[in-house]
Amino acid sequence: MINKIVHSMAEAMSGIEDGATILVGGFGDVGAPAALLEGLAEQGARDLEIIIVAAGRDGSKIERLVALGRIRKMVCSFVRPASLAGRLFQQGRLDIEVVPQGTLAERIRAGGAGIEAFFTPTAADTIIAEGRETRVINGKNCLLEYPLRGDVALVEAWQADRWGNLAYRESARNLNPVMATAAATTIAMTRHVVGLGDIPPEQVHTPGPFVHRVVHVPE
Amino acid sequence: MPNIQPLDRIGIARRIAEDIPEGWFVNLGIGIPTGVSDHVPHDREVIFHAENGVIGMGPSPPPDAVNPYLISAGVQPITLRTGGSFVHHADSFAIARGGHLDLCVLGAFEVSETGDIANWARSPNEPVRQIGGAMDLAIGAKRVWVAMEHVTKEGASRIVRYCSYPLTAKGVVRRVYTNLAVLDVTPRGFMVRDIVPGLTFEALQACSEAKLHLET
Repeated sequence: MINKIVHSMAEAMSGIEDGATILVGGFGDVGAPAALLEGLAEQGARDLEIIIVAAGRDGSKIERLVALGRIRKMVCSFVRPASLAGRLFQQGRLDIEVVPQGTLAERIRAGGAGIEAFFTPTAADTIIAEGRETRVINGKNCLLEYPLRGDVALVEAWQADRWGNLAYRESARNLNPVMATAAATTIAMTRHVVGLGDIPPEQVHTPGPFVHRVVHVPE
Repeated sequence: MPNIQPLDRIGIARRIAEDIPEGWFVNLGIGIPTGVSDHVPHDREVIFHAENGVIGMGPSPPPDAVNPYLISAGVQPITLRTGGSFVHHADSFAIARGGHLDLCVLGAFEVSETGDIANWARSPNEPVRQIGGAMDLAIGAKRVWVAMEHVTKEGASRIVRYCSYPLTAKGVVRRVYTNLAVLDVTPRGFMVRDIVPGLTFEALQACSEAKLHLET
């Protein structure tokens, strides 16, 4: 019997190694896997590379890992200069790569889909493209981008079953289903554990094969 | 001086809303553009997109009816119109980058006479970068309109021959709505479509660094 449901946060976080690359879902606090980030802080892995939409928003759930010095590098689309991550970056204590938000999502999608590179007009005519490969395709100047993949993805679902089928609530979907495809180990926290078949098949947003562990974190 | 009536920020948003026809699929950037949706008449069906995966974004809810799972790309509580839907981030940016938006309205620091837009950084040496989704929206939407003040607080024109700030995208802006005028970006350069009451073409030109043209 397939059963991906684990019964403790320690079990959910087991095996995450120092130096791991971790994809973290959510936009603002919506769909952000807050309990998993707390679990990761307790678990203790360090020297992490974190891929997340916003690195430096004060009071955000990633800030504790930043404060604990567990993070080596962040790949993100937003970082406020005055935030903890922004300040550590300016002091040379944290590496941050800032990329256009659509490019961030597409690089993760490519990672999950086995695409090893793609060209996009986004940022091709900007300083982001300096020193990088561009090519004119269909009359458009395009920038070469490479995929992003993680050792681990941390996502927040609304409903999950023992196969790891996930459904997200409203705008809490955001980066979660994309990231779930792009990691060796995808760990989902869910607000509700439901019976197999209870999520109507047409309403499964992330099918179970993309998911490796499910931990129940009630609201 | 005659009695000039520049628009305030809400006035600019209202002026843009007038020009959005029924049926368009529209993304609104942060700043002045965010207010545009408030001024589209309720009986005119315009579908608003938010980059975090909301299609059919509706107005802000009253404080006692906030849904914590439903926010805009500006991380503000919103509602969903009947007929609306949710997509994940990669599909949401497929909408932006894939040419599916009829219109994106962006704020900007500067717009050039060839339609270049600079709206994300004031200097190439800014230590910390906030890029967000503007570069994706600017290259992908069928039309890009810009909403901004005509001049900076220091009095410098934002309507320029060449952008001095780092570009967001090159040659994409079709129209600019400012507190003083509506300008189309054409192969000849900036074409004046509308000027606020009391302001002459010459006075508008005097606060614009780029050359302005009148339809002949």
